[in-house]
Amino acid sequence: MKKPVMLLLLALAMAACTRHEQAPVLPAASAKGAAIVEVSGSKQVQRIGAALDQPIVVQINDAQGAAVKGALVQLSGTNGTAFESSAGLTDESGQFTTLVSAPGQAGHFEVVAATSTSDGKTVEIKLDEMALGYEQTLGRQLNQQFCIRCHDPESTTERVSNMDNLDPKPHPFAEGDTLNKMSDADLVAIISRGGNALNKSASMPPFGYTLSKSDIQALVSYIRAVADPPYHAPGAAYANK
Amino acid sequence: MSLRNPFGGVSRRFAAASVLLAVVAAIAPARDFFRDWRQYQRQYLRLVHGRPDGAQLERRFSGGLQQIWIPELQVVDRCTTCHVALKEANLADISMQPFRKHPAMPHSLTEFGCVICHRGQGPATSSPEAHHATEAWEEPLLPAKYMEASCGQCHLSPLPGTPVLNQGRRLLERKGCVNCHNIKLADGSVVQSSDDPPPLNHIAEKTTREWIFAFVKNPQAYAATASMPNFAFSDDNARDISAFLIAQSTPSGYAPKLASRKATPATTDASAATEGASLYGQSFCASCHAAQNAGGNLVGGDLGPEITRIGSKVRPEWLEEWIRDPNGYDADTTMPHYRFNDKQVSLLTNYLLSKTDSDLLANVKLEPATQQQIDHGRALVVQNGCASCHKIEGVKKPENFAPDLSREGSKPFAQLTFPKGVKNSLPDYISSKIHDPRSFGPNLKMPKYTLTPAELDALSTALLSLTDRANSLPSRLRIASVRESKYQPAGKAGRLISDLRCFSCHSINGRGGDMAADLSWEGSSVQRPWLVDFLKNPNTLRPALIRRMPKFNFTDAEINTLTDYMLTVYQSPSIDQDTIPGGSLTPQLVDQGRQLFYSKYRCQSCHIIDPIQDKGYVGPVLSQVGLRLTPAWIFAWFKDPQSLRPGSPEPNQHMTDEDAKALTAYMMSLKAHTKTGAK
Repeated sequence: MKKPVMLLLLALAMAACTRHEQAPVLPAASAKGAAIVEVSGSKQVQRIGAALDQPIVVQINDAQGAAVKGALVQLSGTNGTAFESSAGLTDESGQFTTLVSAPGQAGHFEVVAATSTSDGKTVEIKLDEMALGYEQTLGRQLNQQFCIRCHDPESTTERVSNMDNLDPKPHPFAEGDTLNKMSDADLVAIISRGGNALNKSASMPPFGYTLSKSDIQALVSYIRAVADPPYHAPGAAYANK
Repeated sequence: MSLRNPFGGVSRRFAAASVLLAVVAAIAPARDFFRDWRQYQRQYLRLVHGRPDGAQLERRFSGGLQQIWIPELQVVDRCTTCHVALKEANLADISMQPFRKHPAMPHSLTEFGCVICHRGQGPATSSPEAHHATEAWEEPLLPAKYMEASCGQCHLSPLPGTPVLNQGRRLLERKGCVNCHNIKLADGSVVQSSDDPPPLNHIAEKTTREWIFAFVKNPQAYAATASMPNFAFSDDNARDISAFLIAQSTPSGYAPKLASRKATPATTDASAATEGASLYGQSFCASCHAAQNAGGNLVGGDLGPEITRIGSKVRPEWLEEWIRDPNGYDADTTMPHYRFNDKQVSLLTNYLLSKTDSDLLANVKLEPATQQQIDHGRALVVQNGCASCHKIEGVKKPENFAPDLSREGSKPFAQLTFPKGVKNSLPDYISSKIHDPRSFGPNLKMPKYTLTPAELDALSTALLSLTDRANSLPSRLRIASVRESKYQPAGKAGRLISDLRCFSCHSINGRGGDMAADLSWEGSSVQRPWLVDFLKNPNTLRPALIRRMPKFNFTDAEINTLTDYMLTVYQSPSIDQDTIPGGSLTPQLVDQGRQLFYSKYRCQSCHIIDPIQDKGYVGPVLSQVGLRLTPAWIFAWFKDPQSLRPGSPEPNQHMTDEDAKALTAYMMSLKAHTKTGAK
């Protein structure tokens, strides 16, 4: 009499302690495509953990390049990347749109959008995004205050770009092709000592008497973060094996 | 059986009990032995073993339980037991946790430990207990997007590296959160609101009951930017509130004028409309007020209310008086007294009245109010705390109307209730509650505010910074908040400065806005004739600036009073007007200064002297600077601009006295209307 009761209790206790991980229910695809392409949303810069300003939009096309409605898109990303919806079907125009939040770690992160094709394979595209940590966020603030008027070619309603007035033209901070070749020490020297001291354009004033060393390091860190193509610190290559 | 062989039975039982005891006693050490930190440490050693710098990394590694112990801060953090490489610069390329190097931060690990910023359970020795909430420990790790909240525990004033926290704190003041909620910071100061809700005690003069009804029903239908939230009142409740608000309204300072006022028919003259629009532009009304343009885009500032549909709101006679002098209606408004003449008042009134929306009040039909409705309206006004923000006749500002938020960032888990679909954590609770308070219960008084996702994150971050720890930290770590000073200039000039609402845009001695220049040292900076001219006819100094000083119709006496006061009182202690360092400014010095300006320092990159050749869009135009600024100020500026205007984009160039003097001489020679300044 007692034994079955005990067993039952034991079974109940075990059932209560077992975790039920529910697999997300995927919507059923009504069509399949042959290729997946990005419409918009890559190369955004946002602070860690926060939602990117613009949604990610991808499109599924068939073999002829025509948009496919009702195809299933599945998103994944670097550990910690969060999606408003991580899977969904393409709309009338063959597109799938969702908001993405950056992971909690600073640095480049990847969003992978994948779909399975009609011949059973999986095709995917990778979108590169950037999450800013404390140092880069500080650098971004300093950039807003001191650098952006000359180093950003774009104008806004609040700020007219001064870049076209200058000769030689300053390097936009995203200009990785040029800036990636300079070492951190080079950038620190240019920012703190100015163009005059280095036989470059005197239009670049020295900021070493205005900004602290850590401020200038923060600026360098921000410049590295927004570089396109991405910046890779020298010496990192050997350890990646 | 025991009776037949008692001895054997006892020994068997004893043996069984001993084994059981041994097993039980071994459970705790065994569990401890198989803690995950040992695996992580072994994994780390395997990871570094194959690296060229492996030997070095292994030498720096110390195994076993690690602990950062800071008794003063009540920190016992064992995080470094698993996070073994937080300080290893060599491992910058490893992104695998728990071996990642800590990114650059302004404080050292040994000084503050980990949980002060990251939260979580410091003494825990297993990963789940350290990171997640448990029954015994309800403070899980703080999600990265709210990280700046931790800075705010000590730093009560804005930091350049915490833009989100800064924005959140501004919003707590700007959105009027603290009109209902009390927030006392760890330094003892109380957060004050910086919004400017209109007083309602004379509202019947300003607008109609129909408009009140429509606005109370849905403020955002009138103006998308309206800061008043939508309380989701029923038609009947909105009707009764509008009835009460009209009934409680008393005559304002405008009353005698409104009574004796002759009705002036609205002009439909096309040229008057154009003139009105251009006067609106010249008066820089858009610096504070936004309006939707033809393309549906909102253009203008957010200091004053949006005026897209103002013609459907205000009574024409009230608007006329308001434009003439806002003080008579609202002594606390941020709107300046412009000193418009009668013609200007009528032009602006007509221009603004043309901004209507016929749909807004089309379906609003209200029967005359009954006393019962008025009484019910009053009850609703009291119940919803309208007087927390607005001045209402006969209704006192309620005290402690909403929960105190001074410790919101440490609100105990047991006090939180979650609606369906909200993750059970404090940050999610705060964020969801701000986003949609009534999803927590239909009877909640707090209405839904219109906030962008970024504003929501910022507000949540600011609230999460209000922790128990912020209050228990040693006070030497605390960086006190900066509160606006109560500075009020005295005398005739003081009354003028108040009347003109200079503080709405300018800051003086720690009080005022940041839209325009800080005037605390204006007297050391500018020359009297220039200031007189500028007040008569303000022109812009910066080519790319949109917001500018409006033109007030001053009398000469008013200008004299203001300039005398500013030049005498607003002096920098570090600038001596009578001594230009190193003697007089000779023509040779002027030439030398020109050379320095155009070649060595290339100032033309940012400044314009010759409007044809120079193109710098960053700093002020300098073609008349010799008429505007004093030589002593210019010299001091060249030596250290940041000391005169902290945050100025012009960097300190570490100039020699000779260079600064030559440049000062050149600047003083720039008096464009005589053409001597042109290059």
